[in-house]
Amino acid sequence: MQIEIHHSTRYRFAEPVTFALQQIRKTPKSTPHQTVLDWTTEITGGAKQLAFEDHHNNVVELVSLERDTREVAVLSRGLVALEDNHGIVGRHRGPAPLWLYRRHTPRTQPGAGVREMVRGVQGETTLDWLHALSGQIRAAIAYEVGASHPGWGAEEAIAAGRGVCQDHAHVFIACARLAEIPARYVSGYLLLDDRPGQDAMHAWVEAHVEGLGWVGFDVSNGIAPDTRYVRVATGLDYADAAPVSGMRIGGAAEALDVRIDVSQQ
Amino acid sequence: MLGKTANGLFWMSRYLERAENTSRLIETGQRIALTRLGDDAREWASILQTTGAYPAFMAAHEEVTKEAAINWMLRDRGNPSSIRGCIEAARQNARLVRTAITGEAWEAINAAYMGACKSLSRKVTERDLPEVLQRIRQGTALVRGMILGTMMRNEIFDFLRIGTFLERADFTARIVDVKYYVLLPSVSAVGTTIDNVHWESILRAVSGRGGFRMEYGAGGGPREIVHFLVLDRRMPRSLAFCATKMEDNLRYLDPEGRTASLRMVRDLKTRYLSHDVSAIFDYGLHEFIQSVLSALGDVAAQIEGDFRFYE
Amino acid sequence: MSETEIFDEMWGRDGCLREPYRAFHAWFEGEDPKRLRAKQREAEELFRLTGITFNVYGKAEAEERLIPFDIIPRIISGPEWARLSRGIEQRVRAINAFLHDIYHKQEIVKAGRIPEEMIRRNDAFLPHMIGVEPPGGVYTHIVGIDLVRTGPGEFYVLEDNARTPSGVSYMLENRETMLRMFPELFSRIRVRPVQTYPFELRRSLAASAPGCAAGDPVVAVLTPGIYNSAYFEHAFLADQMGVELVEGHDLRVVDGRVAMRTTRGYKPIDVLYRRVDDDFLDPLNFNPESTLGVPGIMDVYRAGGITIANAPGTGIADDKAIYSYMPEIVEFYTGERPLLQNVQTWRCSEPDALAHVLDNLGDLVVKEVHGSGGYGMLIGPTASRKEIAAFRRKLRARPGNYIAQPTLSLSTVPVFTRAGLVPRHVDLRPFVLVSPGSINVTPGGLTRVALKKGSLVVNSSQGGGTKDTWVLED
Repeated sequence: MQIEIHHSTRYRFAEPVTFALQQIRKTPKSTPHQTVLDWTTEITGGAKQLAFEDHHNNVVELVSLERDTREVAVLSRGLVALEDNHGIVGRHRGPAPLWLYRRHTPRTQPGAGVREMVRGVQGETTLDWLHALSGQIRAAIAYEVGASHPGWGAEEAIAAGRGVCQDHAHVFIACARLAEIPARYVSGYLLLDDRPGQDAMHAWVEAHVEGLGWVGFDVSNGIAPDTRYVRVATGLDYADAAPVSGMRIGGAAEALDVRIDVSQQ
Repeated sequence: MLGKTANGLFWMSRYLERAENTSRLIETGQRIALTRLGDDAREWASILQTTGAYPAFMAAHEEVTKEAAINWMLRDRGNPSSIRGCIEAARQNARLVRTAITGEAWEAINAAYMGACKSLSRKVTERDLPEVLQRIRQGTALVRGMILGTMMRNEIFDFLRIGTFLERADFTARIVDVKYYVLLPSVSAVGTTIDNVHWESILRAVSGRGGFRMEYGAGGGPREIVHFLVLDRRMPRSLAFCATKMEDNLRYLDPEGRTASLRMVRDLKTRYLSHDVSAIFDYGLHEFIQSVLSALGDVAAQIEGDFRFYE
Repeated sequence: MSETEIFDEMWGRDGCLREPYRAFHAWFEGEDPKRLRAKQREAEELFRLTGITFNVYGKAEAEERLIPFDIIPRIISGPEWARLSRGIEQRVRAINAFLHDIYHKQEIVKAGRIPEEMIRRNDAFLPHMIGVEPPGGVYTHIVGIDLVRTGPGEFYVLEDNARTPSGVSYMLENRETMLRMFPELFSRIRVRPVQTYPFELRRSLAASAPGCAAGDPVVAVLTPGIYNSAYFEHAFLADQMGVELVEGHDLRVVDGRVAMRTTRGYKPIDVLYRRVDDDFLDPLNFNPESTLGVPGIMDVYRAGGITIANAPGTGIADDKAIYSYMPEIVEFYTGERPLLQNVQTWRCSEPDALAHVLDNLGDLVVKEVHGSGGYGMLIGPTASRKEIAAFRRKLRARPGNYIAQPTLSLSTVPVFTRAGLVPRHVDLRPFVLVSPGSINVTPGGLTRVALKKGSLVVNSSQGGGTKDTWVLED
């Protein structure tokens, strides 16, 4: 299957920016099951400083906003071909050692909520256990747009009992790492059957299972990622894989407008 | 050169010059007060007004006394422009630009600092005052000498010189203006001994007594003194001399004349320093000085911007 | 330990003048102590005038203090030094190979020579360095190896400073002061020079410039600012190398490079000798609260646009828990037996070791794994019962945070006092420069001396002083 993606992010600042630097992780890479046929990123209102591959192998572009910037837009578009892999991404390729994905981050630091969540999960094999974990999280944390805060970690989402795909992912990762299973956050695009237009990227997780390698779980939708899922960036948690992160001086009162179109070609 | 370094050099030399000038001003104050025209308080209030420090002083004190005024200008912690404050700030800036200045220049500043720390660590008695003030001026003069004798004539030197002459011009303008604040008992006192003592003190404050006498012999009144302090290009503390030096050093930094600061200094010279002394009196001496001071402030702000002192 | 066990570098254990000190001693005997006392005061005056001061942390107002300087040199013979410097070089080679391995394939972990959790649970491991190829393959451009001596031929490595070793300015100024005060001594005794260090440093840094550097590489020193305890040294080194001394707010990312704001616009830097800790280096990637660093510098680094010296993440090599594996590390990467000895170290993270340490606290030195500057350590033999009890609680609460070592009987070197020469304990920090293909150990280093009688703490922040260190030309 071929998927066409069109993703525009536009910031407007009521007060002009003094200086800003943004890391952008919006470029998918080709993998054994995913071939990027065409991809371009266009930046207006900002200057592309450089690009590099980070320690999770993500393509990162660094963009600066110079003095008096009031508007900046990042437009990515491209075409990606996908093969079905039944959610199995395959063996760990690095560059980071596998054990890195067992390290907790502030967002995945397990507390009482995570420990409680793990206690009820049953499964004969690791894979069964992970599937059961995914189901349990989906049942315990209702998917509700706008219910959570982007700064939330796993514990906050469990306490609230509500959240979005990012929260599901953090809870899953926290639980898996608690069980000493390497796990990582994945940010990407999802082709929806009913509508092409979306207002945010999707997030899911991958856990490392001996013998299989990395296996994907879309906790929010309760399924294994298939040919509708385009992987863009991975990391220990949202902070590592966020499409845009950075620092800014000035530029108060920002207005954000995101338009994502994902359609089958 | 780093913008920050240029900033540090500029302020290092401004603070050194300010410390030296403040010591001159205290001496002038002493001298004017010794003429015993009126009460100490009024004379010292005028001196404080000259430096622009009067409001801050009054915020910290109930009334003006000689001791408090001298202590304020010499070493009071509440006054960042006290001699002690200036020398500390100069050394702090010197530390910041340590790599730009020679070891000798740095050691001279450090020695001036250590000397000032020692002599200003406690209140200075009237008896010790002349010697303390003299030592401070010797300390800053030694720094200037080390700079002149050991440093390359490059942009580092230019920023040091611009700072020195900007601060010096500012001071000379203010000291000429003392006459505006130190009121004579009556209009009829103009041209009297008292009036003459005032002018004499002003000349002393800028080490200009000898030069002036060389030029005018026993003659010369207020007009000539103003001419000497404002327009005479041979007098190393006159406004015209300082402005010319600033122009020269800015031109070395900017040979193509692209910066606004160079244009502004040239404009300042044309507008205020190329006329006859009678034009100044027609304009009003106090008003003239106030205009020059404000133009100097604008130049300083423009230099900061042109040479990227700050982000 | 009894007094007789202590090795004095001038008088040995038996009170016989040792060979390296013979010529110096002859000169000293002919000197009038009054003149020497005057010289000692003169030295202090000289230090104060040149502004060789350090700021003391933990004081309400950052106070500038002098590090006491003692005029009696610490003397090492040529053959002694040759042995030492071979060992140092071997160790530094191993440290660089270790760092490359640990941020790439981690062969040493796979080979089972270092347990995985030593790295995984280590805060000094910096994930952002994974997969980075530093320009020229150099991680630690400047290393300071802390050595102590317990006998004529017995040197131990106490610590490897692979992050930002400081103190080299004292090594240079101490020599300069001795040269100014006692020129006649140096014409009598041939001492190997250290004064080329700044020149070598610049050359060494320039040799590690990234591929994008055009012509003579632009080198700069990054300081946290004038309130930092080592600001004098930062300014001193920049001055001696003839390069700019910059702070974070002078720098920003421009055209994909890290550039400094000059009076004529932004100018790219090729090699940044930074004296700012990893955590504060890049608010975009690390501590967002930092105002000392440069946002995005790590991104420029990963993209190959700058050399950062030392490389970020080198702290994993001077971690005190990793230290205990140094003999394995040296063997693993060099295939040779370590020439320098490690001090026996108990890792309190291991239950058996912890039990041993708790039973013997009164005889041991206990250190924080990530600590430095002599803060947060316990010296058993000199600690009070109350201090030991308090430390016992800390150890039980966070055993993984501590290592313990036996109390070594550090050698002494005489210091000059009103009462004449008296022995005081010393250590030694030689400085090593690493550039692609070469390792250069400066002959000498910083000798720190505990000025209190019997004290083993030589850190300047704890009242220690320094001495000039002579390596004889023989």
